[in-house]
This record gives sequence, structure tokens and C-alpha cells, in this order.
Amino acid sequence: MQAQGLVKRYGEREALRGVSFSAAPGELVAVIGPNGAGKTTLLSILAGILAADAGAVDVEGGAVGWVPQQAALYRRLTVEENLLLFARLERHQDPRASVEQMLELTGLGERRGEIVARLSGGNQQRINIAIGLLARPRVLLLDEPSVGLDPRQRARLWEFVSGLADDGTTVIFSTHDIQEAERYGGRLLVLADGESLFDGSSAALREAVRREAPEAADRDFETAFVAYLHHRGH
Amino acid sequence: MRWLLLKDLQILRRSPLQAVLLVVYPILIAVLVGFAISGDDEKPKVAFLNEVPADSRISVGGEQLPSSNVSERICRRVECVDVASREEAEAKVSSGEVLAALVLPANLVDRINSLSTLTPGVPEVEVLVSEDNSVKAGLVDDRIDALLAEANLAVARRIAKEGSRYLGLVINGGKLELIGQTFPILGLRASAEILAALEPALEPQLRPALKQVREFADEARDNLDVAGPLIDRLAQPIAVKKVAVGGEAPPLETFAIAVAATFTLAFVTVLLVAGSLALEREENAFPRLTRGLVSREALLAEKVLLGVAVGLVVTLLLLAGLAIFAPLAWERFGLWLAAIVLGAAALAAAGAALGAAAREVRAVALLAFMVTLPIAFLSLIPSGAVGSGLYDVIGVVTALFPFKPTLEAITAALDSTGDGIGLPLLHLAVLIAAYGLLARLALRRFASV
Repeated sequence: MQAQGLVKRYGEREALRGVSFSAAPGELVAVIGPNGAGKTTLLSILAGILAADAGAVDVEGGAVGWVPQQAALYRRLTVEENLLLFARLERHQDPRASVEQMLELTGLGERRGEIVARLSGGNQQRINIAIGLLARPRVLLLDEPSVGLDPRQRARLWEFVSGLADDGTTVIFSTHDIQEAERYGGRLLVLADGESLFDGSSAALREAVRREAPEAADRDFETAFVAYLHHRGH
Repeated sequence: MRWLLLKDLQILRRSPLQAVLLVVYPILIAVLVGFAISGDDEKPKVAFLNEVPADSRISVGGEQLPSSNVSERICRRVECVDVASREEAEAKVSSGEVLAALVLPANLVDRINSLSTLTPGVPEVEVLVSEDNSVKAGLVDDRIDALLAEANLAVARRIAKEGSRYLGLVINGGKLELIGQTFPILGLRASAEILAALEPALEPQLRPALKQVREFADEARDNLDVAGPLIDRLAQPIAVKKVAVGGEAPPLETFAIAVAATFTLAFVTVLLVAGSLALEREENAFPRLTRGLVSREALLAEKVLLGVAVGLVVTLLLLAGLAIFAPLAWERFGLWLAAIVLGAAALAAAGAALGAAAREVRAVALLAFMVTLPIAFLSLIPSGAVGSGLYDVIGVVTALFPFKPTLEAITAALDSTGDGIGLPLLHLAVLIAAYGLLARLALRRFASV
């Protein structure tokens, strides 16, 4: 996936100011930054939900799977009915087989007949991701996927997502959690006020923090990252 | 699209309250309207105290007229509850057992007979009514006025008929029955003939005087011939000639059924479609769907189809229920379908526009009621009930919403004698296109995150 010079304006406010980046197959890219940095706007443009005012997105040969921050599914349908609906809409040749595959992948086979509204937030998020995967995407976009999940659910989620990347899917996710980004993101893209401040590995980011905010270099990574943003004028 | 439709029906099935309402609502409306239209024959109860002696008769010229059966006439129009006294009549009115009480006093006929004497009295009947409710009091006044007008007319016709008979005797002659005796009456016609026969036998100097008398008899006879029909008309001088202009109105019960069906169709369809579209956004599913799985146009078409399908089933259920109470023209079923399907599609398109504009399910429900209810009531205002300028404004407003054309189409489909169905269907087709376009434009706001 390649994004070139993406700009998005909401009235006078510029939510994205010429953001460019690329991601290779099997890469796990974490998009991090404070509130209002433009993370959701960037993912929405990559997903095709929003149109950019300038710039272009190019996805090489495949669909983009999108998992919005809030679960996008029908709470009055069962787990199975949700998966079956989207498998049919994705025009799978054998929608029921795809549903079985997703139920196995998410570990929700035993709860297939339950109404989604009665499931925990974590389980709803798993179905949300599974629906995103039904597009059989080359690129999977996850907007703050771990929000509201307990540590065990998070661990299962990242195990699941890492497995997808290992299989060659490009995964781009946004998060507030610096530790999570450092742990699971092979690459980090730092946004602040719509600007791209950094694009590289977590080790390179630590180096950049040490260089630009040396007074915070010995502190924990989150504190050091905040100091780095401050030094960059955000 | 069919999978989305299946999904919406599954969601509908999962909402027990909504599903029950969709079934119960038309049944309830059908029963209420059914009882209302089949209750036409039910007469209001009126306590009736007739103190007039049974052998009393209205007299003309000393002769008693046959009974005009006033009490019988009254009791054909209302359900008479016979009471024995004024106190009993009062008690029944106070308790609400009867709408009013009508008392014919014992001297009523005497007072009517006194009208032709030198000391005329005022014939009066007494009406007892509870004034605790102004609407009810007005209704009673109207009913009693109508009843008394009918009674007065019956008496007047009887008197006029007798007057005409006496006039006939004066003109043509005959026999007059009076106080048990029969008197021969020569009549003007025979008098003139006798005078004409006598004329040649008279002295020439007497003939001019006789000629004057004979001419007077001829003129009197000719002019009194004209007076006969005039006396007949005195009982009801002004006759009503009713001419239907601008199409014939459907029978009241057909119109009531059409109104019930349109109300049901409008509320079910508008609320369902508007709510279902807003739910797509509340469930965050809209962006996911429109990322390439379903076009916005297809999503709108699916919602309209949902509204048409559910609206059609509910309305047919309602009509089937109403068929128990009133005969329906089942041979016009094809036209019913055309009217309901196009009406439902137009209402669904309007619902989609409302749902897309309001975006939230609760706001949608409120907006749908706020728009549909006043438009429905405005659509029922007949011409002449308000000023012409205001009526024109109402006409424009109601033409912009699908309720009135749907009502017109369903009325035309149910009633073979009324206006044609073509124009309302064309109107609905235009509204489907217009509201579809509006809904599509309003959907742009759905994309904002």
C-alpha cells in the first residue's frame, strides 16, 4: 500500500497535512499520536470511507479490509448471521464455509448462535475483525482495535493479528497505547496535528527520542515519547 | 440486496415489540374502524314521553285529520326509550342512559288546533338535555332540531293536503263530509256552466250582468287551479336539488376504510424505513456496507423494498379484517395492489429521506411522527372547511407528501364509482423519484465519521 501527500480538511482545520507512507506485504504498521492527530482520518481515507482533498492511495492488487474503532455489526443478529451476511455480501462462493473458517479463527464457534448484543466488548471486537477479514484483504486496517479489551483479550487479539501478518497480510493499526505500538508494530508512524513526524522502527523511534528529548531519555517510553512530541512543537 | 432485506426482516423478527405492533396495529385499527362503520344503524337513545291523548287529532275546518304518526316518525330516527313521567325522563338524561328526553305535553294537539282560532296558542314540545358536555349538547340540539323539522313537515303536509282537497271541492264540486252529514258542493266549474246555459234565456238587458258573474266564476276557477299546487308547496316551499360537482364522493364507509388503510400504511412504512436506515448508521454498519459491498442507491432501494413488503402485508391484513365488517370489491384486487405498492413505495422513499436526514433512530421516530401526523390530518380537511387561500396552501403542502395521493389511490381502488386511479398513481410515481433523490442527497451526511 502506498499513500502519497494525503490532505484532509474539515472547514478551516487541516486534519491531515500531506501524509505519505508505504507498507509492504506482511508488515505490521502502528499509527500512533495524541488525540486529534489524524489517525482515524488517515485510516478512513486508506479504507475508502473518506475522500482525501489531495493526495492518492494505491493498493497493489487486492481489497482493503477495514475494522472500525466501534464494532460495525448488527447487534440484534447472532454471531453466525452477521458473518453469513457479510460473507454473502462479499460474494464468497461458499459463504457457510467462510463463516466456519471465521468462527474457528475467532474461537467463537460455540457462541455462534448468540445475539451479538449479549457478547462482551472483546468478543464483539473479534467478530468486527472477522468481518473485516471476510474481504480477504491484502491490507487490513484496524482503528484502535484493542480499546475496551482486557489484557487476556488483547493478547489473543494480537496473537490473531500477528498470525495474519505472518501469512502476508499488510496490517496497519492505530493506537493510543505506546507500549502496544512498540510491542506489536514492526513499524511506527507518528502523527501529530495531521503531520507525519516519524516513520520507522520502534528502535529508531527510541533513538530519535534520545536525540531530541535527552532529558527524558532515561524515563519510561511513554513519558519520553510525550517529551519528544513537545520538542517537536506538539 | 436480498441478503440485506433478509437481514432487516431478521432484525424485525428479533424485536418482539415491533413485530407484535406490526400485527396488532392493523388488527386494532381494523376492529375500531369496522365497528365505527358498521355502527351506522345504531340510533341515539332518546327518552320519549308522549302525554298526548291517543284519540287527539289535528282538526282543519272542524274536521279531524288522520294521524300523522309523528311519534312513529320520531322513533324511526332515534331509539325511543318510553318513560312514564317527566321525572323518569330527567333521571335517564342525568344518568347518561339516554342522550336527551322528548316530552310531548297533553295539550300539544289542542294548541295546534287553536292556531286556526281567534285565540291561537303556542304549541310546544319539551326537550331535556344534559349540558355537562358542550359537544354532546350541540349534537343533541342538531338531532332534536332535525327531528322537529321532520315532525313539523309531516303535520304541515297533512294540513296542506286537506287544504288542497277543500280547494278542489270549491273548484270542481263534490260532497263534503261534516259532523256526520254529507253536503253537496256545486263548485265553480258547474256554476259557470249553469250560468252559461241560463244566459240565452235571460232578457237582453240582464245578460251583461250575468256575463260578469260567469266570467268571474271562470277566472276564479282558473286561478284557483293554480293555487292548488301552491298550497302543496307551502308545506316545503324550498326543495333541495343536489348536483355533484367535481366527481362523485365515495360512500362514507369506503372512505373510512381507505383512511384507515392509508394511516396504517403511512405510519408503518415511514417509521420502519426511516428507523431501519438510521439503524444502519447507529450500528456503524453504513460505512462498512457502502465501501463497495452495496451502493448507496442499492441500500436505499432495499429499504424502500422493505417498506413496500411490510406495508403491503400489514395493509392487506387490515383490509382483510375490515372485510368482516363491510363488503369490499375483491374483484378490484389488482388495483388495490397497485395503489398500496406505489403508495408504500412513495411513503418508504419519504421515510428514507427522513431517516437519512435525522440519522438517529430516536430522532427519526420523533421526526416521522411530527411530519406524518399533521400531514395526514391536513389531507383530510375538505374544501370549504377553511378559507380558499388557506385551502390552496394546504393543497400544496399535502401534495408534497405521499399521504394524500396514497389516500386518493386507495379510495379509487376500493370504489368503482369514484374518480380514476391513474392520476394519483402518477402523482405517487413522481413523489417516489423526488424523495428517492432527496434521500440520496441526505445520505451524504451519513459518510461523515
